[in-house]
Amino acid sequence: MPEPIIELDAISKSFGSIKVLDRLSMQVMPGEKLALIGPSGSGKTTILRILMTLERIDSGHIRIDGEQLYHMPRNSELRPADERHLARMRQKIGMVFQLFNLFPHKSVIDNVTLAPMLTKAMARPAAEQQAMALLEMVGLADQAKKMPAQLSGGQKQRVAIARALALAPKIMLFDEITSALDPELVEEVLNVMRKLAAETDMTMLLVTHEMGFAHDFADRVLFFDRGRIVEEGKPDDIFRQPKQERTQTFLRKIIAAGHRV
Amino acid sequence: MEWDWAFVRQILPTLLAGVRITILATLLGTVVAAVVGLAIALARRSSNRLLARTVGFVAEFIRGTPLLVQLYFIFYVLPDAGILLPPLVAGVIGLGLHYGTYTAEVYRAGIDNVPRGQWEAAKACNLGTVQTWRHVILPQAIPPMIPALANYFIAMFKETPLLSAITVLELMNQAKSVANTYYRYVEPMTLVGVFFLAISLVSVMLLRWLERRYGRVEH
Repeated sequence: MPEPIIELDAISKSFGSIKVLDRLSMQVMPGEKLALIGPSGSGKTTILRILMTLERIDSGHIRIDGEQLYHMPRNSELRPADERHLARMRQKIGMVFQLFNLFPHKSVIDNVTLAPMLTKAMARPAAEQQAMALLEMVGLADQAKKMPAQLSGGQKQRVAIARALALAPKIMLFDEITSALDPELVEEVLNVMRKLAAETDMTMLLVTHEMGFAHDFADRVLFFDRGRIVEEGKPDDIFRQPKQERTQTFLRKIIAAGHRV
Repeated sequence: MEWDWAFVRQILPTLLAGVRITILATLLGTVVAAVVGLAIALARRSSNRLLARTVGFVAEFIRGTPLLVQLYFIFYVLPDAGILLPPLVAGVIGLGLHYGTYTAEVYRAGIDNVPRGQWEAAKACNLGTVQTWRHVILPQAIPPMIPALANYFIAMFKETPLLSAITVLELMNQAKSVANTYYRYVEPMTLVGVFFLAISLVSVMLLRWLERRYGRVEH
């Protein structure tokens, strides 16, 4: 039995007086494709942001790829992680954001080459060769010289995926990556995601409101509500025969709002 | 009172030498103000509370006192502490520090205007602090603030006559000295005004061009 690549142990997180995560524990196996669903404010995005070190935890422990994320061993005791430890841990993780967050002052290809050149000391020719291969994969090789402002939302998000892949992380986090897109542009991004799932053995965590896609994409679905995992299981079980009433209510509302399942 | 063209021709070389010093002081002051302003803006954002507070207090203090007083202090008081500066150097430091406290506010606004998602994307790309500033934040923050910065530099240019108080031989000082020598004020002072107006107009045209070039950002 392989070790989990992500282990959350009793994670709590509050924003002011609002408890977003309440002693949450979960495990993800290497290569697993996980969909995190649930109402807004249920804590699913916060989990991704914590794994990317964009938010700090109040309490609990996280292990990634066998190592503590927010703690480091020093003389047989665990100390809070310093920036160097966090930087090393971040190499294992990539993230794609709801609002793309491309660097607007850099061309498409420079968006993809920037991090490898700066953080992995990759030479420009090698970085550009890799970037072109990634842009090819997301179907945007012909847009390499353009600026982000000249692209559609769907194209921007595909560039953002290529940018995250350029650092070859073991774990990819996708935070509602189609929520900001016009409906007709959603499919091109999801197609890239399907290709990615089929071609790589990366571990992927996906926060989404696209239930149909979550069903096809995920090995396992977690339903969140109020900072806790209410129900988890295979996509067929969660979407066709949810056991918990809160899951049933949520799925009914989502379908009523016009999302496909 | 009559206008004497022969006198104008006679004093023109002296005044032009003053123009050169005025422009030099403005350019050097601009460079110092641009760097000092960025340093103040970064220090005030520092997570080191003591540094942020101290720099903030000093900046408020400099902004709250007249440039002329600061120039006197740098040129006439610092020598008591063993720091003896040539007039032009003292003047450039005075202009740069004083206007640096204003440009710091421009930098601050420009930096605050970079969306939070850019910081997060930089972190997700595993860039370090210096890399994030240099490759992600400042390249986006600085172009939109160029017009506001240029405005301050034009204002600084028009304040350079204050340097005559600390014996810098800039345009105003040269005009005063020829006027005092020949007891004629019309031509020297009129020419000072004409020189300043001409350079200001050119600068404003340059500023308009900068506004068109950098004023708008695409996101």
